Amino acid sequence: MKPNYLSDEKFRGTKEFVDPQRIIRDKFQQVRWQEPLCYDIGRPGERGVLLDYAEDEIVDEFGDDIGNVVPKSMLRKEPPRLPEVGQARVVKHFTRLSEQMSSEDSTICFPLGTCTMKYNPKIHERFANMPQFAELHPRQDDDTVQGILEIMYKMQEYLKALSGLDGITLQPACGSQGVFSNARILRAYQEDRGFGLDKKDEIISTVFSHPCNPATPAMSGYKVITLYPDETGYPSLEKFKAAINERTAGMIICCPDDTGIFNPDIAEINRAVHEVGGLCILDSANANGYFGWARAKESGFDMTHWNLHKSFASPHGGAGPGSGPIAVREDLKEYLPVPTVDFDGEKYFLNYDHPKSIGKVRSFYGNVGVVLRAFSWVTSLGKEGMREVTNTAVLNSNYLRTYLEELDGIEVGFNMPQRLHEIRYSLDKIYQDTGFDSDLITQRLNDFGIGGSFTSHHPMIVPNPITPEPTETYSKEEIDEYAAAMKEIVRECYEEPELIAHAPNNCSFPNITEEMANPASQATCRSVFERIHKK
Amino acid sequence: MKKLGFIVNPYAGIGGSVALKGSDGDEIVEKALSLGAVQKAPERAKIALKELLAIKDEFEMITCPGDMGENEAKEMGIDAEVIGAAHDGRTKAEDTYAAAKAMGERNVDLILFAGGDGTARDIYDTIGTAIPVVGIPAGTKMHSGIYAASPVAAGKLCSMYLTGIIGRTTELEVMDIDEEAFREGQVKAKLYGALKVPNAPNLTQGMKSGGHAKDESIYLDGIAEAVVSSMEDDVLYIIGSGTTCKPIMDRLGLEDTLLGVDVVCNKKLVASDVTEKQLKELIEGRKAIIYVTPIGGQGYIFGRGNQQLSGDVIRIVGVENVKIVATPTKLQSLPNHQMRVVTVVVEVDEMLKGPKRVVSSKSEISILDIA
Repeated sequence: MKPNYLSDEKFRGTKEFVDPQRIIRDKFQQVRWQEPLCYDIGRPGERGVLLDYAEDEIVDEFGDDIGNVVPKSMLRKEPPRLPEVGQARVVKHFTRLSEQMSSEDSTICFPLGTCTMKYNPKIHERFANMPQFAELHPRQDDDTVQGILEIMYKMQEYLKALSGLDGITLQPACGSQGVFSNARILRAYQEDRGFGLDKKDEIISTVFSHPCNPATPAMSGYKVITLYPDETGYPSLEKFKAAINERTAGMIICCPDDTGIFNPDIAEINRAVHEVGGLCILDSANANGYFGWARAKESGFDMTHWNLHKSFASPHGGAGPGSGPIAVREDLKEYLPVPTVDFDGEKYFLNYDHPKSIGKVRSFYGNVGVVLRAFSWVTSLGKEGMREVTNTAVLNSNYLRTYLEELDGIEVGFNMPQRLHEIRYSLDKIYQDTGFDSDLITQRLNDFGIGGSFTSHHPMIVPNPITPEPTETYSKEEIDEYAAAMKEIVRECYEEPELIAHAPNNCSFPNITEEMANPASQATCRSVFERIHKK
Repeated sequence: MKKLGFIVNPYAGIGGSVALKGSDGDEIVEKALSLGAVQKAPERAKIALKELLAIKDEFEMITCPGDMGENEAKEMGIDAEVIGAAHDGRTKAEDTYAAAKAMGERNVDLILFAGGDGTARDIYDTIGTAIPVVGIPAGTKMHSGIYAASPVAAGKLCSMYLTGIIGRTTELEVMDIDEEAFREGQVKAKLYGALKVPNAPNLTQGMKSGGHAKDESIYLDGIAEAVVSSMEDDVLYIIGSGTTCKPIMDRLGLEDTLLGVDVVCNKKLVASDVTEKQLKELIEGRKAIIYVTPIGGQGYIFGRGNQQLSGDVIRIVGVENVKIVATPTKLQSLPNHQMRVVTVVVEVDEMLKGPKRVVSSKSEISILDIA
């Protein structure tokens, strides 16, 4: 039994002892502004900005009717229904809304596991906001944007080094778009070799792999063969071999999965897929578990992708812009989406010369601002720094484990001791005892000033899951604080259930139920709302 | 003043603690009590009533005699009007019916009851959605979404409805499983209907698989499509029991024996609800393919509920001709993500073991072990 300084009274008085009551923010209260919708403030004619009338010489030239400049058919019949609110009120409105948010900069956000929540260094924001970058236009000539092209090119070189693979594109704007690009390249490659869907129509994945791993090949016309885990938490080599056959076009999996378990047979599995002519694709969304320690190439993978907006410390809150570059081995480079960024020895240029390209997956060149931040991050760390990121992330996750698994009611999913950057725990015992599921229990974390939690990707193979991922960003004290809050919450589940049943109690908004997150019952914007309600 | 009906099914959940998988029927209650089971419903009901103490002067309570409510209310210091005749001995489903019916006639505003799936069903049978209800979870099987998240939550929900803090109601599902079958090793959860519940999703259990019912039907159609489109001429198709295999027969336009095995050839029915003996005669010298589905929550594909598909039959058909179908939701419900077989013929069991493909639709296949 490991000593648990957090929970065990007998360590009180020692240097290591952490008093849970001291570090929990049990008086936390999030602000409640009761702010109406922007449409419901202001009055007709109220304005934030007043535009001046056109100068005489412009009126002389074009007249004073907009119809003289813009074709009549393109003119609106009536003005758009926009809120009419003065500037000061708009500022207050949005400031209030922002105060009701929890953010990476104000709270502990790592309960949102699998999202690899990291601190986003502020200097990177300054780089991205510099007019030299922010005011670039994607249609500028290559000669005038050599600086950003050099950064993109060098980022590609970094990613080559991290994967051991040979060709990169920075185009995909998110992880699933990266996986989709990989699936499309796989299909183009197989068809080129005479293995269309009539001959090879099966893609292998595992039930713990990220949902886009089976979804994107399914979109590309393939059957998906999903492997379920053994008691180790991953499917056995035998199970993979039962799946692999002449119809196997390839495999798309995570390694490690969100359980933090690395499949030790991965090289042999990849060999078996190659033997039947299949391609092996690694989903590197979990790269924080092996930066600089393991590479796609040496594990036998032919393609991979990353999430720069997660693992590479670029911000990704609120489903903002992401970046999911992919890497492929030498003979797959010709299928990459265009353009790639190349260097001819003198200057950098956008290379559209990939005759077998699967096409464009994103307008222009992807989210360059995200690439810039990720480039800054890798440059500042260097090779040893990247390895240290993984060391610290793995250490933090396993440190947290020593606390959580001592709590009655929390169990580590699957009987595998070695874990990497994150671990999936099960709160099923608490659910069986009290009826509170992990969704509801983690809502209570918000009452202690801790950010949103993520339970698990679907399907929920571990019952009542939670997946905290403390990354390298978080300090020992912050991990202690989370553990202490969890300890208190487990106690409340049994002793003060009403605190859990209503949670969150101290936040800007009450519990957001699954129904509220159901797109079918939601209006995404005012005009949709008005259409639904026939206003 | 608002009127609250209060019903306790004192024997709800009594079977659970002694592994009897439920408490429907007199015999089981007797058996549970003889095994040392204790009644937990009255305790849970009292926990809920505690939440009502603060507003006890703001409503009138109508309840049933003895341990069906009168005792619990008295112990918590809540005055209640007792209706109906005192019963002697064990309370039964009929007592719940009578109580709910009488409360309906007295125009109560809300019924608070303690019980499990069976009790919810009894209430549903009597009052339907005429009166809103709050359920105190006290049963063994809790498949219904109508129950409050905990006894405390039930009390709060009740209090909030009576004082008008919650005004709206919503309809939640009443589910139950066939306990008889459950004890035999089969889970058959069935949708019975809906009860009206004060609308507070935080405080009610809801359906754990909420919104997935639609996905299930997509996969059931997908399974039928995959199986029927792969059928070859002159091959005998032996279609196993259960609701997963039924859509295959539906798609062929053939009558299905839900709890039995049917045989199809050239998309025509060859035999319905066959015995092992009939099967052996039919498949003699013919190519045959068996379609079976694991039992949800357990994983048995042979030996539970389909003994006709014996070890001998499987041997004649050949283990390579055993095909498995299941929806992803069912696969995710299997313990340790494994399937199981007990055909009694050890040699056949051994041959079946190892990783096996399970078809969920034309384009979705999973691989799980038969352990």
